[in-house]
Amino acid sequence: MPKRTDLRKILIVGSGPIVIGQACEFDYSGTQACKALREEGFEVVLVNSNPATIMTDPETAERTYIEPLTPEFVARVIERERPQALLPTLGGQTGLNVAVSLADDGVLDRFGVELIGAKLPAIKKAEDRELFKAAMRKIGLHLPRSATVKSLEEARAIVAKIGYPAIIRPSFTLGGTGGSIAYNPEELDEAIRWGLQQSPVGTVLVEESVIGWKEFELEVMRDLADNVVIICSIENVDPMGVHTGDSVTVAPAQTLTDKEYQLMRDAAIAIIREIGVETGGSNIQFAVNPDDGRLVVIEMNPRVSRSSALASKATGFPIAKIAAKLAVGYTLDEIRNDITRETPASFEPVLDYCVVKMPRWAFEKFPEADPTLTTQMKSVGEAMAIGRTFKEALQKAIRSLEQDRWALALDRPASEDELRRLLRVPTPERLFAVGDAYRAGFSTTEIHQLTKIDPWFLENLREIVAFETDIARAGLGDGEMLRAAKQLGFADRRIAQLTGTTEADVRAARRHHGIRAAFKTVDTCAAEFVAHTPYLYSTYEEEDEAPATDRRKVVILGSGPNRIGQGIEFDYCCVHAAFALRELGVEAIMVNCNPETVSTDYDTSDRLYFEPLTLEDVLNIVEKERPLGVIVQFGGQTPLKLAVPLQTLGVPILGTSPDAIDRAEDRERFNALIQELGLKQAAGATARSLEEAQTIAASIGYPVVVRPSYVLGGRAMRIVYDDQDLREYMREAVRVSPEHPVLIDKFLEEALEIDADAVSDGERVVVGGVMEHIEKAGIHSGDAACALPPYSLGDDQVKALRAQTRALAGALGVVGLINVQFAIRNDAVYVLEVNPRASRTVPFVSKAIGVPLAKVATRAMLGHSLASIAHVEERELGHIAVKESVFPFIKFPGVDVVLGPEMKSTGEVMGIDRDFRQAYLKSQIAASSVLPTTGKVFVSVKNRDKRVVMSLARRLVEMGFSLVATAGTARVLERHGMQVQQVYKVLEGNRPNVVDLIKQGEIVLVINTPEDGRARQDSATLRRAALAQNIPYYLTVDGIQAAIGAIEALLKGEQGVRSLQEYHAEL
Amino acid sequence: MTPAVLVLRDGRVFRGRALGAEGETSGEVIFNTAMTGYQEILTDPSYRGQIVTMTYPLIGNYGLNVEDVESRRPWVNGFIVKEASPTPSSWRGRTGLDAYLKTHGIVGIQGIDTRALTRHLRDHGAQDGVINSTGEDVARLQERARALPGLVGRDLVREVTVDAPFTWREGAWDLARGYQPAPPGECKVVAFDAGIKLNILRQLAATGCDVTVVPAATPAAAVMEMKPDGVFLSNGPGDPEAVPYLVDSVRELVGTVPVFGICLGHQILGLAAGGRTYKLPFGHHGANHPVKDLATGKVEITSQNHGFAVDPDSVAGKGWEPSHVNLNDSTCEGLRHRELPVFSVQYHPEASPGPHDANYLFHRFRELMKRSKGS
Repeated sequence: MPKRTDLRKILIVGSGPIVIGQACEFDYSGTQACKALREEGFEVVLVNSNPATIMTDPETAERTYIEPLTPEFVARVIERERPQALLPTLGGQTGLNVAVSLADDGVLDRFGVELIGAKLPAIKKAEDRELFKAAMRKIGLHLPRSATVKSLEEARAIVAKIGYPAIIRPSFTLGGTGGSIAYNPEELDEAIRWGLQQSPVGTVLVEESVIGWKEFELEVMRDLADNVVIICSIENVDPMGVHTGDSVTVAPAQTLTDKEYQLMRDAAIAIIREIGVETGGSNIQFAVNPDDGRLVVIEMNPRVSRSSALASKATGFPIAKIAAKLAVGYTLDEIRNDITRETPASFEPVLDYCVVKMPRWAFEKFPEADPTLTTQMKSVGEAMAIGRTFKEALQKAIRSLEQDRWALALDRPASEDELRRLLRVPTPERLFAVGDAYRAGFSTTEIHQLTKIDPWFLENLREIVAFETDIARAGLGDGEMLRAAKQLGFADRRIAQLTGTTEADVRAARRHHGIRAAFKTVDTCAAEFVAHTPYLYSTYEEEDEAPATDRRKVVILGSGPNRIGQGIEFDYCCVHAAFALRELGVEAIMVNCNPETVSTDYDTSDRLYFEPLTLEDVLNIVEKERPLGVIVQFGGQTPLKLAVPLQTLGVPILGTSPDAIDRAEDRERFNALIQELGLKQAAGATARSLEEAQTIAASIGYPVVVRPSYVLGGRAMRIVYDDQDLREYMREAVRVSPEHPVLIDKFLEEALEIDADAVSDGERVVVGGVMEHIEKAGIHSGDAACALPPYSLGDDQVKALRAQTRALAGALGVVGLINVQFAIRNDAVYVLEVNPRASRTVPFVSKAIGVPLAKVATRAMLGHSLASIAHVEERELGHIAVKESVFPFIKFPGVDVVLGPEMKSTGEVMGIDRDFRQAYLKSQIAASSVLPTTGKVFVSVKNRDKRVVMSLARRLVEMGFSLVATAGTARVLERHGMQVQQVYKVLEGNRPNVVDLIKQGEIVLVINTPEDGRARQDSATLRRAALAQNIPYYLTVDGIQAAIGAIEALLKGEQGVRSLQEYHAEL
Repeated sequence: MTPAVLVLRDGRVFRGRALGAEGETSGEVIFNTAMTGYQEILTDPSYRGQIVTMTYPLIGNYGLNVEDVESRRPWVNGFIVKEASPTPSSWRGRTGLDAYLKTHGIVGIQGIDTRALTRHLRDHGAQDGVINSTGEDVARLQERARALPGLVGRDLVREVTVDAPFTWREGAWDLARGYQPAPPGECKVVAFDAGIKLNILRQLAATGCDVTVVPAATPAAAVMEMKPDGVFLSNGPGDPEAVPYLVDSVRELVGTVPVFGICLGHQILGLAAGGRTYKLPFGHHGANHPVKDLATGKVEITSQNHGFAVDPDSVAGKGWEPSHVNLNDSTCEGLRHRELPVFSVQYHPEASPGPHDANYLFHRFRELMKRSKGS
């Protein structure tokens, strides 16, 4: 069937901020879809609140709305743009939910918008457990026995039938939020209560446990002519019971016979037909009983998903791109396979390699959180590795995680009992415990009994561990053994550990024995046809099939798996670097191992190396490619750490020199720089021991900010208020040593904090944006909200900040990007930090000012002057953009939500409008903060804030809100003539207390400025309660102030929507 | 671990380790891209004369079992994998790959760069080769490889067909109950065995056919004496032109009784129709080939295993038309007669291994037989 000609304009809804369960994969799918539809001549309108995405680049769509992803805002976009169709299947669960609610509300009908890809009945049939169950019964497929319940009583009745353990899944939540496993009645009660709270519709599915069964996924595509193909099969190493996003997974499936696989394939085809997903990709999950092969269906996602991004990268088949083309009428056989060029997309990719995906968690950021893995996803990122065997791929995946882990081993000794516990209870450590269990002499049978991991995987792990002894014995002299080690995926670094040598020794030995990485192509067809896209991975085999070209080329090092502090923003910069290089006619070579991203789309660069970002793996590529240079400043800390080692080995680093990076990072050199420029910084010094730290702290006075040097995202950064705090910190958090010094700075209390991003060609510096944080100093810049341009600074102050930024960039000889963090206190400007590299705010600034800073920086690194690049000047904006951060607290029961100098957010949104209040309001709505216009506000503030909060409380009363407070705050409010309803603190023991009120839905807004240091734990439960009830809470005076402004804006009337292109046209 | 070597006719050498029986074997080296189903492949008689390279690198993961067999024994001349799993895992698995090959005396090689080999075969064509694990001198092996006869013109059907007719009653496979007894037969089918895969027989039986399997050299008259409602032409190894006796029988049968052919059976029908067959550079061996049904426009994902193809132009104008086409390389995937109840496909609707998309063809055959019985 040809493309539809009745459609002209198509709306795509994105997935919003990065949260656990919904990450870069939807930028990848959305960007592909936008490109595919525009290629076909359609006009694309895009809505997404996440500025850090490639999809929200003004070049990606005709009209880009960075607006909140709520039905109300998307409806306003529809009313304004009048698209003929909405493609709802590319924006994750968020996009799908928005589309469903627009359809249910009649908005789509009213404006004549057709849902393409998946119609409403199909979405409902897939998403509603009861409808899904009925559909599966109709086609003769089985599900685990289950029922949807609305109450604890109903839940107990069901469990009486299906027995323990029982799986609890709240309806309509992301990434399994609120899901859990109950092994006994007490756990059931808790799980049901928590689940009912989490479900937006207040229902929970209680399900028979298939824990320990093998878990599989199939990625399925269908076209309007009812052709169906399976793109990829995925097998989870972790059996049922661990969310697939938290499982180590492998593609293709490894342990199914053809007969069993074909039954699963038949089931998947029957499911997509019965559910009625018209076109595009769906993900279907199955469980298989390892004892008799019994197959049950777990669930279906009628849209592209994290797994489809993984499947796309694992096979080379671009699911989202094809899905978009199918949605507008093409059939699979009418679309060509980009990689082979000659064959059509109506086929099933075959692999001649093995793919392993490993999740990356962030429990180090949330020490109070329970790291047990359950049906609720907890990981924040993932790495994928490709090898010719499972063993090779797995070991590449381990080092791709960038956790300084080089072996299948725990990073601490564990007793046999502890190992047994680690094997039985899934946590991020389980896989590594398997390695240590083998070292401790456990048998495969015993490990299988404890973990239920299929013996095939276990045996492969055993082979890896067993070989360690062999190579240790053989040493580096035996070329055959060394080659075997490399074929098993051992890193040079691990071989060095095992043979008592150094990584450089191993490298030299490899060279001596002629053992070099060979590169092979991911081609969808196991080499049956010639591949035209150089999408490559390394292995240790005979033939390297991808000779380097003789073009001018540059290698871009990506940012690896997402983690808190290093996420999509850096991928965005790397993608821009690739685009800029291609525009300049320079071959862009991307190296990255994150399957979610746009950077690992083979379309983004000229050559894609899907490889770990370690010195060894990068050197292999550089030696083969001989590039003009390597770009290290866009991928965050990952490539930055490689800058010096690469340069030492003679690899040219493009842009700002590694020495300049060191000058900004090394405390003494940095102090000298600040002095040389006559700038100010907070008093501070570097401590190499506890005693040194105490002396420094005593001399500058508490509170002080402490942090290890060379970290990103404020890892282990704290504000320390007294000597006891400091001792604890130095002993437990960082284990200070001469090699690992700790930086100690005077904490500038009550200071304003400012970020500036600039670009330089080495001569001229252009400051892209100056951002004023909403919250005062003390909250990590990645967590603080900020406004661009500044909303409270004077012109002279902004001018001074720009001048200092320019001076710093000039002095460091920056070529490329630079980020400077300032504090302003009592009108004095302090330089907090200088980062001569891409910062997290680069995409936000680029979108706000309409200048693609990372692209400009890339050109500068290639020797183009800023003067030669159009529109690169400092701009006056007619609008204001606010960045707000989004946090994963909801996934971690028991963790306090108070922010500090260590970054905790996973993502960000942008609100953009004419004035600050409107922009801030939009940022809050986009971050799912439902600001109220009437009702009861709970107020509890620390003494220091009471005075200023009184006037804010009065404004709330004047707007018609009523106040609720605990005794202390209530008395002060009353003294100021305000009426207050008094409630008990939780600690007082009397009921009802404030948490009761919050849970009863009595409170619409929580204002709470917690005490510093240890005292704040007292109020943690009330903040958790607000979070659980999705009641907006503000924990700083500045946040409260901004929120009140936003409420005023809300009371004034409806918020307008406007495209980025329109904002930029005014500049 | 015993070293082994693969030497191709054009001189290229791959060094690895012995797999299965140690010794020497030779045959046409081809590659198969299916990621599952190695047991079915090993036991498919169509691979007689061939050394099969599995492009998927991890083979043997689920072992070998008593059910997933396509004939009474393995037929491949040799087997090539990147990594043979030493410790298979499956609830149905009974033995490992290496042990199985040893038991059946099949010489294989593992640990070679199978992707490089595949690319070589793709670019230079499938070709004869020798696997040796006795330490023989490579130059001598190269000589031997050069002296090999190739597949063209060789009658390999003779080596795999049955000696005497037999009847078949077993139906399709079920996960819980294994192979099921077939339903009562509605049609009587005589199947020429040129190396028939058991799953073809199971599918025929499951769709209501009483099947009698006869040797490939059975004359048409003998078949007609059995008064069949339909005649089935099976898959089989090698060059269809080397089986003229079968072509002759089929020529006689076309027009008297409904005929359905699969793979070699399709090529035989093409030759019987007066057409021509030719050798493909490296054939189609896999489970992911897109085929379009020209009547409906629908695409089916098919299981394929053939090195020769029918030239559709050669049968055009003789009452025949192509019914299916391969979307990868536009080769002919099916033929049907415009008036007579005769059709064939180049691919494998019985799957095993591979997708079940084309299973409808067995029903189509049964309907053709019922219709011609009725008229």
